[in-house]
Amino acid sequence: MKDILKHINKVFDHRVRLGIMSALMVNETVDFNTLKEILGVTDGNLASHIKGLEKVNYIKVEKQFIGKKPNTTYSVTKLGKLEFQKHINALEKLINNN
Amino acid sequence: MKDKDYLKDILEIKSIMNKSSRFISLSGLSGILAGIYALAGAIAANYIISNYQIADSPVSVIPISYLEYILISIALLVLALSVISAFILSSKKAKKSGEKLWDATSKRLLINFSIPLFTGGAFSIILYQFGLIGLIAPTTLIFYGLACVNASKYTLGDIRYLGVLNILIGLISTQFIGYGLYFWGFGFGVLHIIYGIVLYNKYDKK
Repeated sequence: MKDILKHINKVFDHRVRLGIMSALMVNETVDFNTLKEILGVTDGNLASHIKGLEKVNYIKVEKQFIGKKPNTTYSVTKLGKLEFQKHINALEKLINNN
Repeated sequence: MKDKDYLKDILEIKSIMNKSSRFISLSGLSGILAGIYALAGAIAANYIISNYQIADSPVSVIPISYLEYILISIALLVLALSVISAFILSSKKAKKSGEKLWDATSKRLLINFSIPLFTGGAFSIILYQFGLIGLIAPTTLIFYGLACVNASKYTLGDIRYLGVLNILIGLISTQFIGYGLYFWGFGFGVLHIIYGIVLYNKYDKK
């Protein structure tokens, strides 16, 4: 049991961060507005959680311009993918154990 | 965190993965309607063709090119009606469940569905150009099937079976040239109706 809990990642222990990672796992890139729509959160809230994930190198930020409009897209890093996978496996094990 | 929360997390992950990568507002009812249009079109075409053949002994009622125009018009009408119904019903379904009809997922679905479809359309025109009329029905079935298989990664997965079956029927129909209309009616008509009913029972009923 303790072994499994070790793999539960505190970073993902929040609905918004969990949501960001879930969306990025199945898409090559997702832009800010799409993430906002999917998760139904405010700009500020989303930005702060994105920053959190960026700080631990789980996601990558790419800024570019489409015409004159700035467009920021996000993608998951190798490390982020690995950690999220571990987290999901641990969650599944915990559910199956009980 | 309690056990309940773990389960909730997993469900949340699953739901967001689906929502962000697949267009889920495809309406089952529009599948049924598309099938009915196709069947009606096939029956109308069959009626026109058989009447044409009876009447062609002394003086043809209508010239052959005219017949071809009528058949092509029927096919285009079936296509237009199907697309319009799919659009209206899916936008209704999207509104009901609070999703958007035009977003990254529907865009991706449309693009990936269109590539094999338009290739097939262009190829059918080429077959017509070379007078290989008999191969047009199988070609439309095969390419439509490929379009469905390709689209299945971006919407509810059931469309994959519809695609595989249409490909098979298309391939089989190449061996029965002259009966294209029957295969066409079965592939686009009957299979769509069955697919629509399955989709409707599985996702829309609630």
